Amino acid sequence: MSKRALIALAVVLAIACVLPFVVSNYRTFQLTLALIYSIALLGLNMLTGYNGQISLGHGAFYAIGAYCAAILMDKYGVPYWATIPVAGAVCLLAGFLFGLPALRLEGLYLALATFALGVSLPQLLKYHHIEKWTGGVQGIVIAKPDPPFGLPLNQDQWLYFFVLAVVLVMFALGWNLLRGRIGRAMVAVRDNHISAEAMGVNNAMVKSLTFGVSAMYTGVAGALGAIAVQFVAPDSFNIFLSITFLVGVVVGGLASIPGAIFGGLFIQFVPNIADEISKAAPWAIFGIFLIGFMYLMPMGVAGAIRLGLARMARRAQNSRPGPGAT
Amino acid sequence: MDAFLHQVLAGLATGGIYASVALALVMIYQATHLVNFAQGELAMFCTYIAWSLINAGVPYWAAFFMTVGFAFVLGVLIERIIIRPVENAPVLSVVVVFIGLLVILNSVAGWIYTYTIKTFPSPFPEKPLFGFTYVSSHELGAIGVTLVVLLLLYSFFRFTPLGLAMRAAAQNPESSRLVGIRVGWMLALGWGLAAAVGSVAGMMVAPIVFLDPNMMSGILLYAFAAALVGGVDNPAGAVFGGFLVGVLENVIGSYVVGNDLKLSVALVLIIGVLVIRPSGFFGKVHVTRV
Amino acid sequence: MALLEAAGLRASYGQTLVLHGISFSMEEGAITTLLGANGAGKTTTLRALCGMVRTRGEIRFAGQRVDGRATEDIVRLGIAHVPDGRGTFANLTTEENLRLGAYTRKDRAAVETDLERVYGYFPRLKERRVQQAGTLSGGEQQMLAVSRALMLRPKLMLLDEPSFGLAPLIVKELFGILRAVNERERVSMLVVEQNAAMALDLATHAYLIETGRIVLSGTADEIKSNDAVRRSYLGY
Repeated sequence: MSKRALIALAVVLAIACVLPFVVSNYRTFQLTLALIYSIALLGLNMLTGYNGQISLGHGAFYAIGAYCAAILMDKYGVPYWATIPVAGAVCLLAGFLFGLPALRLEGLYLALATFALGVSLPQLLKYHHIEKWTGGVQGIVIAKPDPPFGLPLNQDQWLYFFVLAVVLVMFALGWNLLRGRIGRAMVAVRDNHISAEAMGVNNAMVKSLTFGVSAMYTGVAGALGAIAVQFVAPDSFNIFLSITFLVGVVVGGLASIPGAIFGGLFIQFVPNIADEISKAAPWAIFGIFLIGFMYLMPMGVAGAIRLGLARMARRAQNSRPGPGAT
Repeated sequence: MDAFLHQVLAGLATGGIYASVALALVMIYQATHLVNFAQGELAMFCTYIAWSLINAGVPYWAAFFMTVGFAFVLGVLIERIIIRPVENAPVLSVVVVFIGLLVILNSVAGWIYTYTIKTFPSPFPEKPLFGFTYVSSHELGAIGVTLVVLLLLYSFFRFTPLGLAMRAAAQNPESSRLVGIRVGWMLALGWGLAAAVGSVAGMMVAPIVFLDPNMMSGILLYAFAAALVGGVDNPAGAVFGGFLVGVLENVIGSYVVGNDLKLSVALVLIIGVLVIRPSGFFGKVHVTRV
Repeated sequence: MALLEAAGLRASYGQTLVLHGISFSMEEGAITTLLGANGAGKTTTLRALCGMVRTRGEIRFAGQRVDGRATEDIVRLGIAHVPDGRGTFANLTTEENLRLGAYTRKDRAAVETDLERVYGYFPRLKERRVQQAGTLSGGEQQMLAVSRALMLRPKLMLLDEPSFGLAPLIVKELFGILRAVNERERVSMLVVEQNAAMALDLATHAYLIETGRIVLSGTADEIKSNDAVRRSYLGY
């Protein structure tokens, strides 16, 4: 990473660490959620942005992660931090398994298959045969974690830093993955899968793995989400969640790691802003925001920033005197 | 046996509605290679307009045709004003615009008309026709209306110069420009027609499921599945898919798993079909030359 | 007044300038050929004339400025473009393709006569009138593309590499028909070709383009006897 990028990252991190001490608890909670969503969005972005497979059902993996955490904490007394890796592992497997039959489906057909997943899961969660684990329609309530080692933080602040730490780990892992061989293979499959196969990339393996990893990220986010909200119920994970994730990825910027952060902020805060503008039809305002964003930044926030920086660089280059000029 | 026959026929009635919406989806897909996720909400919104007209005292069929006309104009306007600016944007960005449109339509309908369920009248008589008790006369009427609409559309595309121009513009916009076809307006017309067809579907289904802003979301999903099962580039396939899905849904809902899970099961079945035949029953298998 | 005049035409694809300010003209009734190697800018020139590529410079057709106008409007002025690759509507029938050529015309009866006349030039198309156009052979699709253009009753036909991928005998047949159409119906033609020999036999005038610039112009006979052209493009 360039020196400039590292400095920018350090500045952003510094601001992030200071924030919970200067804003209200509720705001901190909202920022925590935005961070949690950004993990989910990074997962979806890997699948859709880097690997070109669309998913309208990632809410299902979020739900699976959330329920993992809730059931482990509620029924088996597992401490909250231990549920995260379990949720991740379960979703990695679930995503990989879903990715296998989905291999034959492209574009629209995959969209429908994932849509079916997203629609079915809440219904399945309400199914009375598994009610004793899932708590049926009422769901499960869990306790908010306390800061460890008697640190001088309140619960919201502790949760914020816990999530921030997970974000850093997951994003670092993701950055490493996407820059390496597997990341390049993912993009190769997206751009021209025939050539990729001809060059020795195992398309099926790459696609299923990407599904698995993407589901893992979203599952981790789901577990964190359950802990933050202290509650899981089937109706919180309906198809709108999946659609919101897709919107977040596109608005944030496809195939972009910082795009996930922008997307997370968008899907957390813009509905609130819309609500403040109009109590009567807040989603209409949200819809207008969506359309407006796509008119102004069809490549998402990250894409717009990239274009802006490129334009500034070109301008700086043009104004510098060329060779042989006096 | 009686009950089964009733379920199948009722399935055909709802299937006709799915077929209409599926056809609208395929029409826009063929022209733009985009799935119009807002199709259902457009239909729902227009059905509310019909409801307002009828409530204001306008006789049913007058309101029906006025609504179809309104839907057509609305479709054209939406394409020219909202979709045109993102014509060249990446596919997913356009999908987000569709989602925005969907959300706006749903929310505005809820705001103007509230979320309480309303009844919508049927133009067909209460009593079953010819004493045929397997299916209500509305359901029979709905099948009939669907078939008339489909026949009109088919004739339009097959036998009129404008229909030919629209088909050409959808298949090959560049060559179409070279023969003087205004491709942009063909697209707008396509949207207008799709919206009109959708509004008919909405008005036929509202008496059965009752009118509320979320009326069409399940239907859109089934229509989407129907279009894919039939082969998304094949209008006749979409119609076949619609009837198939309608019957499947009813039979599964009555005999296999109650109404709660029928959506999931039907979808899983459809996915199963697609995994075996990825282009749907009648879709063109795309052979890519390297 | 020349039928077609281009002055200082510049065209780019993205950041790359492909036409560096070319100027040419053609008279009514002429068959002009634009010769050049692959990538010289011939197709771009035709596309510029049709408004399919953004250009700077002036283009006049029958005295009217047409640069900057939309393709659909330029067609209505009587310019028919037979594109590179034929541009067939593959999923429509042969006859539907032909009728689309006449889409902008209002004189229904005359369209029917033109349809029969076109079938007269190309009886093979009549045999295949209800066949899907995509299933026609390369030569037949080329004939279809030319016929579609004729259905416009154009004043000017632009043809982009009509001999491409066709057997020499078919090219001879096609070019014979083009000459007949030019003589009988006074349709002017601008033909872009890589096959210099056959093009110079058909044409009355010729231009030579190299990397986006016109390097030679004159009557077909003059160009045919030019030494440099003979060596580089005619092979003797």
